Amino acid sequence: MLGLEKKDTRLFLIVIGLTMLAPFLLNPFPEGSEMAQFNAGYPDLMQRFVIFGIFAIGFNILFGLTGYLSFGHAAFLGVGSYAAMWMFKLFGMNVVPALLLSVVLSGLFAVLIGYISLRRSGIYFSILTLAFAMMSYALAYSVLATDMDGPDKQGLMQKGLTGGETGLQLSVQDPRILGAKAGADGNTPVPNFFGIEMRSATEMNVGDWVFTFSAGYYFSAFVMLIAFYISIRIFRSPFGMMLRAIKSNQQRLNYTGLNPKPYMLAAFVVSGMYAGLAGGLMVAMDPLAGPERMFWTASGEVVLMTILGGVGTLIGPVLGAGLIKYMENILSKINSEILHQWFAWMPDGLEDLVVTLIYPFIGKGWHLTLGLMFMAVVIFLPGGLVEGGQRIMAALRGRKAKDKKSDADADVKPAE
Amino acid sequence: MGILEVKNVGKRFGGLQALSDVNLSVAENTVHAIIGPNGAGKSTLLNCLVGKLIPDTGSVMFDGQSVLGRSPHEINQMGISRVFQTPEIFADLSVMENMMIPCFAKRDGSFEMNGFGAVRHQLDVIEKAKTMLEDMNLYEKRDMHAAAMSRGDKRRLEIAMCLAQEPRLLLLDEPTAGMARADTNNTIDLLKEIKEKRDITIAIIEHDMHVVFSLAERITVLAQGTPLVEDSPENIKGHPKVREAYLGESA
Repeated sequence: MLGLEKKDTRLFLIVIGLTMLAPFLLNPFPEGSEMAQFNAGYPDLMQRFVIFGIFAIGFNILFGLTGYLSFGHAAFLGVGSYAAMWMFKLFGMNVVPALLLSVVLSGLFAVLIGYISLRRSGIYFSILTLAFAMMSYALAYSVLATDMDGPDKQGLMQKGLTGGETGLQLSVQDPRILGAKAGADGNTPVPNFFGIEMRSATEMNVGDWVFTFSAGYYFSAFVMLIAFYISIRIFRSPFGMMLRAIKSNQQRLNYTGLNPKPYMLAAFVVSGMYAGLAGGLMVAMDPLAGPERMFWTASGEVVLMTILGGVGTLIGPVLGAGLIKYMENILSKINSEILHQWFAWMPDGLEDLVVTLIYPFIGKGWHLTLGLMFMAVVIFLPGGLVEGGQRIMAALRGRKAKDKKSDADADVKPAE
Repeated sequence: MGILEVKNVGKRFGGLQALSDVNLSVAENTVHAIIGPNGAGKSTLLNCLVGKLIPDTGSVMFDGQSVLGRSPHEINQMGISRVFQTPEIFADLSVMENMMIPCFAKRDGSFEMNGFGAVRHQLDVIEKAKTMLEDMNLYEKRDMHAAAMSRGDKRRLEIAMCLAQEPRLLLLDEPTAGMARADTNNTIDLLKEIKEKRDITIAIIEHDMHVVFSLAERITVLAQGTPLVEDSPENIKGHPKVREAYLGESA
């Protein structure tokens, strides 16, 4: 299908199924039940799953295929966000042109950063990209956030290009030459896809369960499916093969008449464009862009997602992104009260002890859990969640084969 | 006029004059060996030919064109392929993929952005890679991880990868270093076969006299960065200067 191999087609269909049914799959617990807090099927979080999925898929094209670890990919996320924001402010609230500008601008930015950073490899490349991202952060935070209108005017550029610490926001005074300045209610308008508002959603009640179908989520999911499809094509293309060859032996590649530099730059730019697309989508879902999106922790997060899910695998980065975002949003909501409720059946002293022991790993301490999990994965499952899944499958298959074999033995025995 | 003309090449590393006034002419369709004791500058000379080093003085002409200042991939695209002392292959890729990469390089040049066309649809490249693997008796191992192959097979694969680019000059840097006698003899046979089947010039740097005298039609002896003699194998064997250079080294 669509020019994919059988195995890849199956994977792609599974991913389509999972994303389309996500509002059901992520809401397994009925509303009002004690477990309802583990439901992840609300639009805001589902959107984050797919948007960070796109970010990680793109990052994996660079890191997974070429082995070059960029530590500044958040810069492209930020550029994409600001680009989409300005598209909303200047032209109108349709998300398509906004996303196009996000992708184009972040791509151009990636050409610049990549051209310079790729002069070095290994740790020096990582440091260079980190430096660029932190410079971008500093620019967005202060330099580009100064009043460019002049003190006597209250115009578009009053807070500069980026809005500084508070971020870039929509305003009813924005020109928006191709759309309405304000929404029907007089407030700032909402991003839409040819009239379909991104925040519109319908709810479906089935018994005690509530399933929410959000236009924003389905739009993002559709974009992610396209991004995922393109990444499969890249992985299976001659270009992808050259990128893996770069990771394996650059010396041999040089002496095989191939020039690694343009290959690397192309991979870097494609990867930057994915990040820009993710940044643009964030703004399309929630029109606000701040400099913290470019901070180094955001760059680090995508590295964690990719490694946790499985570097160089197709589906791994999406899984990693989902897992981290789930933990960030669900684990962090558990507090000591909830813990006490859970362990209320224990004797008082023991209950307090258990709660005290678990408490550091939940709520704001979810980073601690993430860190432990990350260490465990890196040490025991270097291939990430994907390797974990493969091992489980192999073990199941092995048991089945064994069962069959012993069945066969059993069949033979009576004949003796 | 040979296919490779090295004139007055000199190279200095700090206080060490690694090469001085090297003149070398490799005639087309011959096997030319460059021998010499340790530290004679053989590897430095080779690196000057493939673009890894740029000589301080002199010129290196390949087929009438200068190679100086060109990067390794450009020189390779001109028609010079290099086999390394320890086999340099794409260890993380399958044998078939290893074989396809030089076929792509031959077909598409040093850079081709084809991010959307599936590898399995590049039938011409697949066919060529298959033929090369069959020629080299590696076809049964096509799905193997290249890293998992034996040393001898890695060497075969590397040579096959070089040949897939249809080079006019094949440079071999001690191709049998560290090999057992049987593997060495296999490699000699392989190189002889290649020479018989193809219009190719082979320049070989070698320590092992057995290999040199089995293959070479012309020998240049390098000592202390400068060519001592250049002659046919028969004359080299008994040459007093050569004996001196080698005996002086081993005594």
